[in-house]
Amino acid sequence: MRNSLYKKNIISINDLNRNELELVLKKSAFLKEKAQPNLLKNKIIASCFFEASTRTRLSFETAVHRLGASIIGFSDGENISLGKKGETLADTISVISSYVDAIVIRHPQEGSARLAANFSNGIPIFNAGDGANQHPTQTLLDLFTIKETQTKLSNLNIAMVGDLKYGRTVHSLTQALAKYKNNQFFFISPDALTMPNYINDMLYKKEIYWKRYKNIEEIISEIDILYMTRVQKERLDSTEYANAKSKFVLQTSTLKNARNNLKILHPLPRIDEIDHDVDYTPYAWYFKQAANGIYARQAILSLVLIEKHF
Amino acid sequence: MQINKLQVEAIKSGSVIDHIPAHIGFKLLSLFRFTETEKRITIGLNLPSQKLGKKDIIKIENTFLSDDQINQLAVYAPCATVNYIEEYNLVGKTFPSLPKKIDRILICPNSNCASHNHFITSSFIFTKDINNEINLKCQYCEKEFAKNIVL
Ligand SMILES: [Zn+2]
Repeated sequence: MRNSLYKKNIISINDLNRNELELVLKKSAFLKEKAQPNLLKNKIIASCFFEASTRTRLSFETAVHRLGASIIGFSDGENISLGKKGETLADTISVISSYVDAIVIRHPQEGSARLAANFSNGIPIFNAGDGANQHPTQTLLDLFTIKETQTKLSNLNIAMVGDLKYGRTVHSLTQALAKYKNNQFFFISPDALTMPNYINDMLYKKEIYWKRYKNIEEIISEIDILYMTRVQKERLDSTEYANAKSKFVLQTSTLKNARNNLKILHPLPRIDEIDHDVDYTPYAWYFKQAANGIYARQAILSLVLIEKHF
Repeated sequence: MQINKLQVEAIKSGSVIDHIPAHIGFKLLSLFRFTETEKRITIGLNLPSQKLGKKDIIKIENTFLSDDQINQLAVYAPCATVNYIEEYNLVGKTFPSLPKKIDRILICPNSNCASHNHFITSSFIFTKDINNEINLKCQYCEKEFAKNIVL
């Protein structure tokens, strides 16, 4: 089967239509079930991390190794000659694109992955995070985990908790889940960190239910997915932060009335927004979610680099 | 003697952008890089106008603006008209309409946007918000801004 992701840049989750999302999820499940260590044999992939992000980098690099491809690159833009000599991102990408079959890029500036794609001479770019903007493979692994645990991506009640203003994972995940039918969104955040208007507007236009709630207890008995994120101290003043800490920290007692199928997700790293006791409940799924990142990244890499699948 | 017409020298062939709001003409020249050419350009500022009170006018010899360029004018000069001149005769007249996207001209208000520190330029698409207000969305950082923030 030909696939429409072949040779595509993976820059924003918004660039993928629903069929393409489905294809990635199907491929992720297939690769989780059945390792394909020779799928990308003879391919070379560059991992260009202009800012450090150990977790994401190791996840991508593991995915590359599991597919049998080779990897070159760097893990911290500050300490490489490219950064020191003041070479532009455009030049760096132009040069590296002549060495490899695909480039994974992480960069602190928003839009840098799209910019890189202008200079990669047709070599596919994978965005591994551009500032506060997009991190599409995170969304793919979130979707894969939700589908795996709930067997569907529609008719779900999803609560998102924490920093909904700056948290790019919750923005992208909401945009992706809004492509599916009858999902409802419950947003729980400090007043200073509510969902941005463009997300609320998008839900409104698509006639999708969303509502703000004050705390997790209010809705715990109604939800299938509880997506926790961290509230960074520097985003709030000290009283607000103290208040937020008590209200938006998940404890086992909060889960008393949870549905059996409830799964708690978190993009990690967690600081103190999920009590460690929660880890031992059947609802805790964040470590399995992180593990799924390997399969989702294997899936998207192989779909972009190989035309025919299944 | 036709005093009005002689306020800006007539051109033999080319484009005349007329009915530009006063004080915008100079901005258009630099934004649209009309000056990055060897062509002869004449500009009139603060000319009398029945429609606008005062207007600016730009004449570019031997150059015919593309539809895309004309539409991008609409962002700054919504009532501008573009006249095409051949052999001193008016041979065509077009009215800009708001384009789908606008490249190169604007600067993204997001200070951490990658479009700033590279020689490539910006790219925005027009979107409408819930109240039908026009917004501009940066194609690089994917942030949306009210029109007046970007312009
Ligand atoms: Zn931007």
